[in-house]
Amino acid sequence: MEKIATSEISKLSRRALLQAGAAGILLLSFRLPQARAAGDTFAPNAFIRVGNDDVVTLVMPQVEMGQGIYTALAMILADELDANFDKVVLQHAPPDKAYNNPIFGVQATGGSTSVRAFWDPLRKAGASARGMLVEAAAQQWSVDPSTCRASNSEVIHDASGRKVGYGAVASLAATLKPVSDPKLKTLKDFTLVGRPVQRKDTPDKTNGKCQYGIDAMPAGVKFAVIAECPVFGGKVGHVDDAKAKAIKGVQQIVVLDDCVAVVGDTTWTAIRGLSALDITWNEGANANVDSAQIWEALRTASKGPGAVAKKVGDVDAAFAGGTHYEGVYELPFLAHATMEPLNCTLHYTKDACEVWTGTQVIGRVQEYVAKALDLPIEKVTVHNFYIGGGFGRRLEQDMAIKAARIAKEVDGPVKVMWRREEDTQHDVYRPVYHNAVSASVKDGKIVGWTHRITGSSVIVRWLPPAFKDGVDIDAVDGAADQPYGFPNLKVEYIRAEPPAVPTGFWRGVGPNNNFFTIESFIDEIAHREKVDPVAFRLRHLDGNPRLKAAIQLAAEKGNWGSTLSSPRMGRGISAQNAFGSFIATVCEAEVDESGEVRVHRLVAAVDTGIMVNPDTIVAQLEGGLIFGLTAALFGEITIENGRVQQSNFNDYRILRIDEAPKIEVHLIPSTEHPGGIGETGTTAAPPALCNALFAATGVRLTRLPIDRNALAGRKPA
Amino acid sequence: MKRFHWGLLALAIVACVVAAWIIYVPGPTAFASGSTVALGDYKGTNPTGVPVSLASGDIVKRGEYLTRAADCEACHTAKGGVPYAGGLAFNLPFGTLYSPNITPDKETGIGNWTDADFINALHKGIAPDGSRFYPAFPYPSYTLLTNDDVLAIKAYLFSLKPVRQETEPNSLAFPFNQRWGMMFWSLFYNSNERYRPNPSQSAEWNRGAYLAEALGHCGECHTPRNLLQAVDNKKKFAGAVTAGWRAYNITQDATSGIGSWDLDTTAKFLAHGHVEGLGTASGPMGEAIDMSLRHMAPEDINALVVYLKSIPAIADTSLPLPKTMLASGFPTNQEIAENARGAMIFAGACAACHGWSGKSPILSYADFVGGRTVNDPTARNVAQAIIWGVTRHTPNGVVTMPGFGKAYSDEEIAAVSNYITARFGAEKSRITAADIKTIGKQASQ
Amino acid sequence: MITLHVNGQPHDVDASPDTPLLWALRDVLGMTGTKFGCGIAQCGACTVHVDGQAVRSCQLSIGSVGDQAITTIEGIGSSDVGAKVQKAWLDLEVIQCGYCQSGQIMSAAALLAHKPHPTDEDIDAAMAGNICRCGTYVRIREAIKKATAA
Repeated sequence: MEKIATSEISKLSRRALLQAGAAGILLLSFRLPQARAAGDTFAPNAFIRVGNDDVVTLVMPQVEMGQGIYTALAMILADELDANFDKVVLQHAPPDKAYNNPIFGVQATGGSTSVRAFWDPLRKAGASARGMLVEAAAQQWSVDPSTCRASNSEVIHDASGRKVGYGAVASLAATLKPVSDPKLKTLKDFTLVGRPVQRKDTPDKTNGKCQYGIDAMPAGVKFAVIAECPVFGGKVGHVDDAKAKAIKGVQQIVVLDDCVAVVGDTTWTAIRGLSALDITWNEGANANVDSAQIWEALRTASKGPGAVAKKVGDVDAAFAGGTHYEGVYELPFLAHATMEPLNCTLHYTKDACEVWTGTQVIGRVQEYVAKALDLPIEKVTVHNFYIGGGFGRRLEQDMAIKAARIAKEVDGPVKVMWRREEDTQHDVYRPVYHNAVSASVKDGKIVGWTHRITGSSVIVRWLPPAFKDGVDIDAVDGAADQPYGFPNLKVEYIRAEPPAVPTGFWRGVGPNNNFFTIESFIDEIAHREKVDPVAFRLRHLDGNPRLKAAIQLAAEKGNWGSTLSSPRMGRGISAQNAFGSFIATVCEAEVDESGEVRVHRLVAAVDTGIMVNPDTIVAQLEGGLIFGLTAALFGEITIENGRVQQSNFNDYRILRIDEAPKIEVHLIPSTEHPGGIGETGTTAAPPALCNALFAATGVRLTRLPIDRNALAGRKPA
Repeated sequence: MKRFHWGLLALAIVACVVAAWIIYVPGPTAFASGSTVALGDYKGTNPTGVPVSLASGDIVKRGEYLTRAADCEACHTAKGGVPYAGGLAFNLPFGTLYSPNITPDKETGIGNWTDADFINALHKGIAPDGSRFYPAFPYPSYTLLTNDDVLAIKAYLFSLKPVRQETEPNSLAFPFNQRWGMMFWSLFYNSNERYRPNPSQSAEWNRGAYLAEALGHCGECHTPRNLLQAVDNKKKFAGAVTAGWRAYNITQDATSGIGSWDLDTTAKFLAHGHVEGLGTASGPMGEAIDMSLRHMAPEDINALVVYLKSIPAIADTSLPLPKTMLASGFPTNQEIAENARGAMIFAGACAACHGWSGKSPILSYADFVGGRTVNDPTARNVAQAIIWGVTRHTPNGVVTMPGFGKAYSDEEIAAVSNYITARFGAEKSRITAADIKTIGKQASQ
Repeated sequence: MITLHVNGQPHDVDASPDTPLLWALRDVLGMTGTKFGCGIAQCGACTVHVDGQAVRSCQLSIGSVGDQAITTIEGIGSSDVGAKVQKAWLDLEVIQCGYCQSGQIMSAAALLAHKPHPTDEDIDAAMAGNICRCGTYVRIREAIKKATAA
């Protein structure tokens, strides 16, 4: 396996970290976190609690935001623990290093890392606890532990027919020394892993009981709605609040240097109050920034020197001779548009603060709220909630900090909410990216490949140690380790921060940009070389059998090569290995004379290693593909006068059910280490779609969202 | 030879008569029986000024009412901008005009204007520096205002907070950028004459005429213009397209106008811009209601109704009698076969508020049934509402329909507009993506 | 004081008549199952039933509800059709983050109450107003069909 150019980076690369985790270098914390449920008798590690009432509580180190992770992680734990899955109780983890994501070293949920990062630690935690419970029962019965087994939260001694519930031996187990290197189950022994299991979080999501951060209702809570300066970085100038104060139910107007909040007895009075405020903003230096400038700056930066992220072979030699191809691909800013708008509820008292919110980074919320309020960190309690869509937005703590600064001015608990328009206009946006690619083809194969990525670095802010020698490991993820094993390769990165606009992680992260580029460009080369796009890809995949198999399966299930029902339809494919999963996607799309696009069908084949909950994998692919289609068809945040031009779903469009294609997902069984899945579909859909549109029209789209005008009037290809 | 000359002369005379007829425009109230007299000679109740209830108020208070009645704010405020600070762009075929700042800022507004300057502007269309205004500024209507009323308006404007806001320069193509050309236009089309009451008509009628013609300048939008862009009172209130929106026929024609509306209904519509079963005013008329008409005293609304009821019917065969029957259920297979895209967009973006029947499950302001907009087979206003959205101020607060023009393609907007007229109107429209592109740009921004 | 009839129970609400039903339910009555998504009736997260019709509660003022019966996600399970929809949603594991699903279930239940055997086109017409950012549309369609078969 080729190494990324800088060894320090490789220490932090996901794959390397996973290998480290698998090798047991990253030790599980056996220190107990601060929050414990009452009545927990046996708490052998951060993740498992067994009460003497037989209740097995599993503490979830990763947050549930729809990706089914509570169920998957609970399955891993419960399987090794041999707990009765129907009866386990799940709990959100409190902020504590014990729950740090081993890949990031931060208590964070993102990057499709949850199963990849916690597969080994949780198995060990479960097996170790099971060992202790068995040991306790064996001691009680004075039998050899090896003659006992565990099942459904009971220890069973088959020889004597004795059984004891976990609760009954919990006290004794708690006195035992943890088993440091427990025996793990083999694949065939799993009773939960690999089976489609009913999700733990979904029943309460059908009846209104499920609580998201926005549903937190501490006694006496007041409701606040926030307005931030529409221009990034702008400040509050003057606020005339006479009209707002006159509204019945408006309780307080909080004016900070960069935002204003109205506190009311209901959210509605707060909204009305906010609308009635006459706010003059000091727009500041960014008031003249617009999209055209941002693009120009990005393109200019793309011509500067880049940091080498990966170099293989001799690219110059590969480009001596052969047929050369060049391409430029660009992606726009995107908002997250989570269905649950940003919110954070806090109760600040002079010497402490309690926080209720749904976050992907609970530890950082605690840390930064403490800083904002000038409190010792231990005086800040954070309650995490189910998340109504994260997609990377809740990997940030900006909303908690702002809400804390507002809560500091309010007597009693206050829920600070962003209206949809504010949420859209004060996001951290998926960066604009510029990609310059070139390839040299000899004897029908790509022998040389260069890829120069220009864009904002989110990592440099979010995980500074992962930005080394000018390379952002996320921005080059998927490009530096491209799947095709090109013998001569150079991947460069140029960090170019857009003026004014804050950037952040967005579902699919770096691979979104890189696979859109790679998969569009390789498709273009196949076309110019007059080779079938599937066959052309397969030619380069002898060293990547898992991706090869995925492409073959997707092509077969997607009826690759068969005639489509309309001459205006086209079929395209994309392939990727990212997030530890190998995926190929076939898209069928139709373009009418006016350039309007209808996506009819998506067929994906996925090898994600060992599947914990196969149905969740299918669901994540389905959802991720739709998320990607929304971006490809509609997604773009534009800037004018320093402001985001989009505001709500009328102008920041989300794919609807009647626009959604049929989707088929085919799973490839595997015994490899589990891969990530939450982001893969988002990455897969846009290039598959654009390649289908090319097949339909002969128009190569090199920017997203798709340009209907470019497709308009084209005769069927 | 001789005969030829005679023929030529006859032809020339006919041509002159025709040309004169084309460019000749009768006075705004010429349709009414009886002759007019100068205000000073009129013995009836004074039709000018403010209603009796406000007559004792100070000049600023009176000016506020008159400023609203003249609806200065609608044009002199940019979208989302500070009232009266100008900057609204009028997108005309030959370029863009920007409304000026009329706050009393001395440098960027009208703070240095004298009374005479202001009167000159409103009566003659001449700026203090002698340059000519374009008739987008309706001085041929304002010229009917009394000096007292003009100065009350000025007093109100001068009571406002001065706002420093430069007006963007107009971008008109030659020859339209030659302001002096307006001199000749004014000779023809600006009477420079104050309102002349008609003693044969009732006091209410005369007040209504003053409100409609001098202050409210209804005809500026609702009356078609002639070749020289003057309001053509020969077709008084017969409907026209202004700023990309269709100002409907408000003559007494029962089918295409508002002849079937009774007095109460007409009054209610004027005061609220909405009557259940008749739809909701949107676009520039929605603004006229919100900024102007809803602030009018009930007696002034009644006077307007009396005046409107006297307008001769002019039929517009392009406008059918509005359909009053509710639509039912989800789209039929036939509807989908005809316009699947329109049905899809309606289902996703429109049905939640407007309902599948045309009766909103939420708010009667969102009803389609019976409204002129959906019963206009050009679908022009349906499309504009979709592109730009609608904001209305109702007695129960602000009602908003968001605009969809930024995220939906012209093709999609055309499709859903046609779907809406087909489902809810008397006649389906055939608006195209190209039309959407054109009309979207015509709207003032 | 306005009396709302929610899930068969009268509730007195001390809020101004222009308050959208959504905020009365959530902030005054503490019934948080109905969600705020956009505030402009574009996403459907706030869907409730008013006299059996699916209505966006973010736009419906409590002053205009009158005596009409309001059903929310907390109460939909007590109707046959509601219970069937909830079951189908779980059987097919429709839900991901779940934030939009209260609204999806309410829209689906209203559809099935009026059209026990909807076509694909009916499903589009009834459900297109409900946005799901997680993209569960494929399963929503299947679950509605499953609920009709149940």
